[in-house]
Amino acid sequence: MKTIEKDVLVIGGGSAGMAAAAEIRERNHSVAIVERDNILGGILNQCIHNGFGLHRFKEELTGPEYAERYAEIIEASDMEVFTGTTVTEIEKRDEGKTVYAYSARHGMLVFQVKAVVLAMGCRERNRGNIGTPGTRPAGVYTAGLAQRLVNMEGLMPGSKCVIVGSGDIGLIMARRMSWVGADVKAVVEIQPYPAGLTRNIVQCLNDFNIPLHLSHVVSKIHGKDRVEGIDITPLRDGIEVTEETFHIECDTLLLSVGLIPDNEIARKAGIDINRETNGPLVDSSLMTSVEGIFACGNVLHVHDLVDYVSEESHRCGAFVSDYLEHQSETKQFKMVSGSNLKYVIPNQFRADRDNHFYMRSLIVRNHAELVLTLDGKELGRKKLRHIQPSEMISFTLKEKDLDKAALDDNSTLEISLVG
Amino acid sequence: MADIYDVAIIGAGVIGSAIARKLSSYNLKTALLEKECDVSFGVSKANSGIIHGGFHHDSATLKSRLEVKGNLMFDQLKDELHFPFNRCGILVAAFSGDEMRTVEKLYQNGLGNKAIGIELCNHERMISLEPKLNRDVVGGLYAPGGGIIEPYRFVFSLVESAKKNGVEVLTKFEVAESEEKNDCYILKSADGRSLKAKWVVNAAGLYSDEISRIFGAESFTITPRKGEEFLLDRNATAYTSKVIFPAPSHVSKGMLVIPTAEGTTMVGPTAQMVDDKQDASTSKANFQAIFSSARRLVPAVSERDIITSFTGLRPTMEGDDFYIEASKIKPRFIQVAGIQSPGLTAAPAIADYVKDILKVEGLALSEKPDFDPYIEDVPRFRNSSKEELDALIAENPAYGEVICRCENISEAEIVAAVRQGHDTLDGVKFYTRAMMGRCQGGFCTHKIMKIICRETGKSMDELTKRGGGSWLVHKKVGDYALEDRA
Ligand SMILES: Cc1cc2nc3c(=O)[nH]c(=O)nc-3n(C[C@H](O)[C@H](O)[C@H](O)COP(=O)(O)OP(=O)(O)OC[C@H]3O[C@@H](n4cnc5c(N)ncnc54)[C@H](O)[C@@H]3O)c2cc1C
Ligand SMILES: Cc1cc2nc3c(=O)[nH]c(=O)nc-3n(C[C@H](O)[C@H](O)[C@H](O)COP(=O)(O)OP(=O)(O)OC[C@H]3O[C@@H](n4cnc5c(N)ncnc54)[C@H](O)[C@@H]3O)c2cc1C
Repeated sequence: MKTIEKDVLVIGGGSAGMAAAAEIRERNHSVAIVERDNILGGILNQCIHNGFGLHRFKEELTGPEYAERYAEIIEASDMEVFTGTTVTEIEKRDEGKTVYAYSARHGMLVFQVKAVVLAMGCRERNRGNIGTPGTRPAGVYTAGLAQRLVNMEGLMPGSKCVIVGSGDIGLIMARRMSWVGADVKAVVEIQPYPAGLTRNIVQCLNDFNIPLHLSHVVSKIHGKDRVEGIDITPLRDGIEVTEETFHIECDTLLLSVGLIPDNEIARKAGIDINRETNGPLVDSSLMTSVEGIFACGNVLHVHDLVDYVSEESHRCGAFVSDYLEHQSETKQFKMVSGSNLKYVIPNQFRADRDNHFYMRSLIVRNHAELVLTLDGKELGRKKLRHIQPSEMISFTLKEKDLDKAALDDNSTLEISLVG
Repeated sequence: MADIYDVAIIGAGVIGSAIARKLSSYNLKTALLEKECDVSFGVSKANSGIIHGGFHHDSATLKSRLEVKGNLMFDQLKDELHFPFNRCGILVAAFSGDEMRTVEKLYQNGLGNKAIGIELCNHERMISLEPKLNRDVVGGLYAPGGGIIEPYRFVFSLVESAKKNGVEVLTKFEVAESEEKNDCYILKSADGRSLKAKWVVNAAGLYSDEISRIFGAESFTITPRKGEEFLLDRNATAYTSKVIFPAPSHVSKGMLVIPTAEGTTMVGPTAQMVDDKQDASTSKANFQAIFSSARRLVPAVSERDIITSFTGLRPTMEGDDFYIEASKIKPRFIQVAGIQSPGLTAAPAIADYVKDILKVEGLALSEKPDFDPYIEDVPRFRNSSKEELDALIAENPAYGEVICRCENISEAEIVAAVRQGHDTLDGVKFYTRAMMGRCQGGFCTHKIMKIICRETGKSMDELTKRGGGSWLVHKKVGDYALEDRA
C-alpha cells in the first residue's frame, strides 16, 4: 500500500481529465491523474478518423492527435500520472477525500486529497438497454467496442454488418467497416431523422451507397451460434407495422444507440445524479452535491464534440483552483430548463461572473430561438440555426447582461427553446 | 479404446455434475460427457437460481421430496465448494382472499414436507419482512429456508471437485450412437470418438428422450417449457432482501422478483410450451407481461434498470414429475429425466438418489478414503477487503488489474477461469461474472479475449462466445481487406 498526498486527484485521463489537470497544475496546485488504461487519451485513442479540434486548435486532427496535444502538456509538467490504475472508491472525510485505486504495478494506492475531479467518461448503451428481441448469438457488438477491435487491435468483428443508430459513432463505423472490406448492408434509425451530422451522412453513407432506414427498428435477431440475419420493421406513428417487416442477412450487428455517463463510483460516494443526463447534479462551479468533488466531460453529460469537453474541463480546472483558494463561496441561484429542452447544465448560476451553459433540445427545427427568463421576465433571446437532440447547444450568459438588483435569494433563471 | 469406465454420465448440467461428484467419492472410474464445449451450457446456465423452500408441491411427488432434501444440503456444499449461496428466505405474496387460500394450500404442502420455519403472514408481517412489497398485499407465506445461488458457478464447482477426485470430463462429446457388447456399452460421439462404459446415466436434460432412444431404452418425450427473465442493474431500487413469489396459478409458479446471489435483481420467468429445444429467443410481448407482473409484487421494478435478458427451457415430461429410475428395458442404464424446476435445488439429493439406485442395481460401491470434498477458493476482488486486496496484489499482481469495471473482476480471476478450462467468452463470463454487469462487456471484451489467447495459445479468430460456430472476429483487418480485393 502506498499513500499519496495531493491537492487534487483527477479520475480518468481522457480529454476531460487531461484538460482539467493541466489547468489545475497551471494554477499552481498539485495534481495527479489516475487512468485505468495503459495510456492517456481515453476514447480519443480509438477515434482514428479526423474532425477533432476544429474549434479548439483551428485544425482538423484525428482523435489520437488531439489526445497527443494534451498528453504532451501533461508529460512536460511535473504531474504524477498513474496509468493502468483503477479507482474503485471515494471516501469523504471531515477534511478532504480519500480515494482508493488499484494497479498491478503499484498495488493499492491511497490518495489523500482536498478535491477530486470526476472525468471517467461514459459507457455505451447495449442490447439490453434497447431490448432487442430474438436469439443471443455472437456477433452483436456495441459500435465503440467494434471501433476498438478494428482500430486498435486490428481485428475484423465480421464481414456483413448492419448498424443500429445513425449517430456520428454509428455513421463513422459504417464508413470504417466499409473501408476495411466489410459489406455494410444498412443503417437502421428509430427516429424519423438522422441523429448524426449531415456531413457524416454524406461522407459515411452516401459515398458508400449504404441505405439508411429512418423510422425503422430491428425487431428480431436470428442465429443460434453467430448472427445470421435480422428483421427490420418500419414504424408508423410510433407503432411497428409488422406486415412490412423485411429481413437482411448479416453476420454482425453493431449497436450505436447512445452513451451513458459512467457514474458508479460517484453514486457510491453519495453524489446526487441528474435523471435526465445520468451525470452528477452540479452547481455553477461544476461541483457535485458532495463538496470538493467536481465533474467534467462525458461523465457529466454526453458531449458530441471533444472541443466542448476540453473547454468545459479547463473551466472545471479553474473552478477547482478557486475552490482550493476559497474563492467560490459566493451566492448561487437556481437555473432550470424550460420548454423543448431535455436538460441544461449546470443547474445553478452566479451573478459575479459569466456563466456557460450546455443543453440539449427535445425537438428538431431548422430555425429556433433560445429564450432566457429571470423570474418570469424575459432577459434575452438567441437565434439558432439548426437544432436536433443529438447536437449540444452552448450558451454564455454574460455577467453584464444580468441585472443584479433584480436578484433575490429565490430567483430562478429559466432557459427555453421556441421553435 | 483400452480403458473401460465403470460409469459414463451423459450431460454435464447440474444433475450430471452432481452425480459425477457424488460418484467421485467411490472407487469408480467415471466419465462425464458433454456435447457443448464447456459444462453448464445447457438448462443449468439459464434459470432463476432459487433454492426452493419446500412448499410448492405436496410430498406425494418425487420432486418435492428431493427438493426438501436437496435444500438442506446446500450449507455444507457451499462450505466445500465456495459458490455464492444465500439462504435469504422466500415470500409468497397474496393480493386477495382467493390468492390467500392458494397460499394456505402451499402452507399445508410446506408442513407436509417438513419445510423449516414455514409460516403464514398477515399484511403487517409481510411488509415488515419486505418493506419493498406492494402495500396492497393482504398476506402471504414466509419460507425462511429458501435461498438463492449462482447456478453456473455451482455446476463449475461440482465439476472441479469431481475432476479433482478423478472423474474425467469430456467436452464436445455429443453421444450420437451406442452399441452393447460383453456387458458393456460403447458410446460413440458425433465427431467419431468412442468409449466403453459398464453403466450409463442419462442426465441429458432437454435431450434425455433422444439419449433414451439412442440406447433403445424407454420411449418418452421431453417438451421444453420456455422461461424468459430480465436482469436489472446492481443499483436498481427494486433489489429486495428475499425472493418474492406471487400466488401460483395451476400452470406455473408465476413471475417473481429475485435478489440474485450476486447482488443484482432478476424478474421472470415466463412459462410457455415450445417445440424447439434450441429456442432461446426473447419477445416483446413477454417483456411487458413480466414487468407488469413483477411490479404488482414490488412497485420499484423498472424497465429503466434492465441490463440484459435471457431465456431458459425447462425439460418437462408427461406427469410433470422427475423420472429417475433404472431402465426397465436396458440393463445398467439409469434414467434421470424430466428434471424441470426444482432441479437445481434437488440436484444434490438426486445425486444421492441415483447413487442408491446404482447400488441396488448391482454396482459395487466402496468409499474412497482419500476423497477430498474441498476445492480451492479463488478469492474475488469484489468480495475482498482493502487489506486483503493489498495482500493479494503483493502475492499476485494480476489482482491489481481490474478488467471488468462494472463488476470489479480482476485479471487474476479471469486467468483462474481460463486455467480451469473455461476458455470461451461465456465460460469466462459465467465463472467470473466479467461482462455480466451494466456495460455487458463493452469495455472489457477485447481485454478478456487477449487474456484467453495468452493463456491458451489460441489466436483471436479461434476464440468463440460459446463454442461451435459462435466465432467472435475473423482475421486481421489487413488480411481481410486484401483477400477481399483479390
Ligand atoms: C466512440 C466515440 C466517437 C467519437 N467521435 C468524435 C468525433 O468524431 N469528433 C469529436 O469531436 N468528438 C467525438 N467524440 C466525442 C469526444 O471525443 C468525447 O466526448 C471525449 O473525448 C470524451 O472525453 P472524456 O475525457 O470525457 O471521456 P473519455 O475519453 O471516455 O475518458 C475517460 C477516461 O477515464 C478512464 N476511467 C474511467 N473510469 C475510471 C476509473 N474508475 N479509474 C481510472 N480511470 C477511469 C477511462 O479509461 C478513460 O480513459 C466521440 C466519442 C465517442 C465515445
Ligand atoms: C427459466 C427457468 C428457471 C428455473 N428456475 C429454477 C429455480 O429457481 N430453482 C430450481 O431448483 N430449478 C430451476 N429451474 C430448473 C433447473 O434449471 C433444471 O432443473 C436443471 O438445470 C436441469 O439440469 P440438467 O442437468 O438436467 O439439465 P442441463 O443443464 O440441460 O444438462 C444437460 C446437459 O446434457 C448435455 N447433452 C444433451 N445431449 C447430449 C448428448 N447427446 N451428448 C452429450 N451431452 C448431451 C447438454 O448439453 C446439457 O449440458 C429452472 C429452469 C428454467 C428453464
